Amino acid sequence: MKGFSATLRREVLLAMRSPAEVINPLFFFVVVVSLFPLAVSPAPELLREMAPGVIWVAALLAVMLSLDGLFRTDEETGVLDQLLVAPVELYFTVLAKILAHWLLVGLPLVLVAPVLGYMLQLPVSVLGTLMSGLLLGTPSLMVIGAIGASLTVGLRRGSMLLALLVLPLYIPVLVFGAGSLGRALEALPVNPVLAVLGAVLALALSLGPFAIALGLRISTGD
Amino acid sequence: MNDPNDRHGNAPLSQVELSQVDLSQVGLLQVDALGCERDDRTLFAGLSFTAGAGDIWQVAGPNGAGKTTLLRILAGLFGFYDGRLRWQLPATLRESMLYLGHRAGLREELTPLENLSWLSALHGQKQDAALMAALSAVGLGGFEDLPVAHLSAGQKRRVALARLWLPGKPVWILDEPFTAIDADGVALVEAQLRSHAAAGGLVIYTSHHQLAADTRQILLGQGEARINTAHAGAAA
Repeated sequence: MKGFSATLRREVLLAMRSPAEVINPLFFFVVVVSLFPLAVSPAPELLREMAPGVIWVAALLAVMLSLDGLFRTDEETGVLDQLLVAPVELYFTVLAKILAHWLLVGLPLVLVAPVLGYMLQLPVSVLGTLMSGLLLGTPSLMVIGAIGASLTVGLRRGSMLLALLVLPLYIPVLVFGAGSLGRALEALPVNPVLAVLGAVLALALSLGPFAIALGLRISTGD
Repeated sequence: MNDPNDRHGNAPLSQVELSQVDLSQVGLLQVDALGCERDDRTLFAGLSFTAGAGDIWQVAGPNGAGKTTLLRILAGLFGFYDGRLRWQLPATLRESMLYLGHRAGLREELTPLENLSWLSALHGQKQDAALMAALSAVGLGGFEDLPVAHLSAGQKRRVALARLWLPGKPVWILDEPFTAIDADGVALVEAQLRSHAAAGGLVIYTSHHQLAADTRQILLGQGEARINTAHAGAAA
């Protein structure tokens, strides 16, 4: 656990120094969701039907776009090398980075989602499912995306490659996430679907940091 | 490129051999027939030397000769090489080593103190008083709360070099430590490298700047590696 709290503190401090990095994904999420009623139709039934997909796809893209810089600035400044030669388990420092990133980028998405759901005519009764789904899903999206970010960190224009690498891996989270909301709208039990999202999260948190650590070593070792 | 299945060619950090020995023993680092190829070009080959406590080694050579790559191999950051590399240290290499790359390893948004206290926390050397003393030692007293982005190139390098004034690291691997700093700074760092070696530490650095006539040299270039210890010991 050595280095975990120091890294967490440092990441929060860095985000406070450059707030655009954490505000932009939230802004993106709100704007993209708001565009749908304008572009498609403001008919309440149609909006309600589209809402699960729209909110989840927008959240997924917001998370993915925020991840491109997760390791890049550290790589360019030589901080990443310092992290790799430090006598700490990379698992925990990587986990601290992701936790900080989720607290600053992911959690605001979860908190603002009910407002957007309400705007898309979702009944208040399903907003709880929306939030719990995102609460379980966005950290998984962070970890999976960070694996891609660790592999593309050495590439100058890696953001497109990151999208191609990561989007297919996002499909299970997207299917179960949007699915949980769809089931809630049909008044079907949602707990089994949320449990699957929880299982994905447990898997991502336990194995993901190892994959990210390996990805960072590969990216800097050649 | 090397064959990825070649056992010698692929040695990640965990495979760098370490063993428990007395620090005062002669060979801290044994390098045997070390070679490295990048992009089908031999950077260097057949490099063998033994570096012991109290040594200062300078890696010299023209641009692109592989100086940085050699240092990254020694630091365990680059695993694609031929030959053998053996560290004999009382603790793991990562616990014993201070590595400063040619990039300073500082985030511009943070102050020198914030940058250094994170690095010290990773290395288990967290002491704010010691960090302030180190920053004063490199002439940055009064700059500790200014974001690094506001500092000049030389001052940024001095922030990174301030870690030379923190205790607990017997092995120093420094990539171009004298870049961008002024004559006073060079003298200051030189003196610190000498006193570290005198105290039984090992310094391996790249630079075009020879510390003293008795500095041991690794000369890279044209795919070859030569050791120059002709004057070593003469001045000692």
